Amino acid sequence: MFDLERWQEIFEAIRKNKLRTFLTGLSVASGIFILVILLATGKGIENGVAKQFERDAASRISVWTGVTSQGYKGLNPGRFIQLKNNDFDQTVLKYQDQLEYKSSIYRIWSGLTTYNNENGSYRIEGALPDYQFLENESMTAGRFINNYDQENYEKVAVIGQKVYTDLFKGKKAIGEYIDITGIKFKVIGVFTDPGGEREEARIMMPLSTSQRVFNAGENIRNIAFTLQSTGNFNRDVEASNVFTTQLEDQLKTRHTIAPTDNRAITVRSNLQETKRFYDLNNMISLFFWAVGICTIIAGVVGVSNIMLIIVKERTKEIGIRKAIGAEPWSIIWMIMHESIFITAIAGFLGLIFGLGLLELAGPAIETEFISNPSVDFNIAISTVFILIIAGAIAGFFPAYRAAKIKPIEALNDD
Amino acid sequence: MIEIKSLHKSYKTGSTSLHVLKGIDFSVKEGEMVSIMGSSGSGKSTLLNILGILDEADEGTYTLDGVLIKNLNEKIAARYRNKFLGFIFQSFNLINYKSALDNVAMPLYYQGVKRAERLDRAMHYLEKVGLAEWATHLPNELSGGQKQRVAIARALASDPKVLLADEPTGALDSKTSYEVMEIIQTINDEGKTILLVTHEDDIAHMTKRIVHLKDGIIIDDSPVKQQRAKTALHV
Repeated sequence: MFDLERWQEIFEAIRKNKLRTFLTGLSVASGIFILVILLATGKGIENGVAKQFERDAASRISVWTGVTSQGYKGLNPGRFIQLKNNDFDQTVLKYQDQLEYKSSIYRIWSGLTTYNNENGSYRIEGALPDYQFLENESMTAGRFINNYDQENYEKVAVIGQKVYTDLFKGKKAIGEYIDITGIKFKVIGVFTDPGGEREEARIMMPLSTSQRVFNAGENIRNIAFTLQSTGNFNRDVEASNVFTTQLEDQLKTRHTIAPTDNRAITVRSNLQETKRFYDLNNMISLFFWAVGICTIIAGVVGVSNIMLIIVKERTKEIGIRKAIGAEPWSIIWMIMHESIFITAIAGFLGLIFGLGLLELAGPAIETEFISNPSVDFNIAISTVFILIIAGAIAGFFPAYRAAKIKPIEALNDD
Repeated sequence: MIEIKSLHKSYKTGSTSLHVLKGIDFSVKEGEMVSIMGSSGSGKSTLLNILGILDEADEGTYTLDGVLIKNLNEKIAARYRNKFLGFIFQSFNLINYKSALDNVAMPLYYQGVKRAERLDRAMHYLEKVGLAEWATHLPNELSGGQKQRVAIARALASDPKVLLADEPTGALDSKTSYEVMEIIQTINDEGKTILLVTHEDDIAHMTKRIVHLKDGIIIDDSPVKQQRAKTALHV
């Protein structure tokens, strides 16, 4: 392989046959280029969809209620189902071994909030300390609600980043008092949410406080849980499915709802959604891989086609070389060495162009469904090697046949 | 140098078999210059191909420089061709993307000679055929006579025992033909054994012995008085 003399022979052949070299190289380079772009787009879609799912905890199970759609046990349809603290407490008691995070939520959709001369209308949510993790929130300042706040009906508020910029304009917020629907609350923390501005235009307070302040009594709007993870995704999905069915049945019994009524109580698991998303993502990446592999096959066919033409074109030269004393294997190596060299250089050029384009244009492509298109460098490198090996194999057979041609036949070939 | 006994060769084309050589007995001593003559179809090119180990006989024995040439695999055949034989073809058969010098250096490449020595030796043979200043030119920049002289230099480069020329002047006009023959005669004068296939009488008479082939057998084999190409040029 590292025979300097043969390298000189090959460079000479390449230098004197620029068009042939260019065409072989082009088909390989474009194949790799297209593959890189394809894989990157697939990755971009995957990232984009994944972003949509980061808003809340991936394994969150939510409960909310509506209006009954069927009459049951003498009760009329059209009855609104109101969840109470009891519903939450009993569920927690029953499933305490399984639950990881848990919170019930009381919510006011728009609460007028004022700080000095700034004001705005935000979603107000009363919740328990675990709600931070159920909502996937991280604190940029201060702390979240704790059990002491909940037990003592503390008038404290944790505000979203959007609320903070609207009202405080970058000034210190912790320890300041804001006015929510006419009542003073002390700001104890600022949070950000991967869901973006919509999720950050919220104010959180202890559930107990919200129920008292807004005259809600024992009422709650939602319940949210996550289950302890077993470390196995499929087993988690299964456990989550069992839990949701059980919880739904139990709540339906408690509130005298027909078992077939799907409107009154909904228990939904994010994990099921996540699984569906993973399945979708697998399909997408499978599709892109299939297209990519077809591209590679097309590239290999292209290379072998060109190899065939090269051998045909060089038949006479091969005959001359053999008459002069070239051994069959030296002919085979000469042709394969050249093809491997060209495919390798062209493959890496295609790779560099593809990666370069991603580097330049990638950050500019930022839509809702495509985010940060990128490609795994190892995968890209291995495809280049696969192409080189396939090209070598594809080149071998014409080369082998060429080496078998009798010199006189080759010399008579005009 | 060359020893042939009852050589037979036939070609199969479809169902019919063409018997080309029908028992050739023939020998050439070192330093001889022999021309093989005959009309087309007489089997002279086939004989030359067998002598050049480019083709194999069906029957009979062929001994080249004391080595029996029979049932060789491709690798050994290639090695023998490189070591024992130099070829000159009617259509020159130069590699068109290589310079004159690189063409001449080719057989040495297959002998495993290093590049610097290869080019040095190739240059020496190009000087010998008077084309030193054309060394860097490609074959298509050379005239027919020049191309054939490059081919002769190439045939000589590996210092073979026997030079085989298949109609070396077939594609050249008579003046150039004589110039080429003059070089071939000089090489013979230096002791190289030369076998030459031709159908031109004047060319044949520039060798020292003429073998006449007809329908696959030798009908005449006799020495002739060599006509020097140099004198023919000045007539």
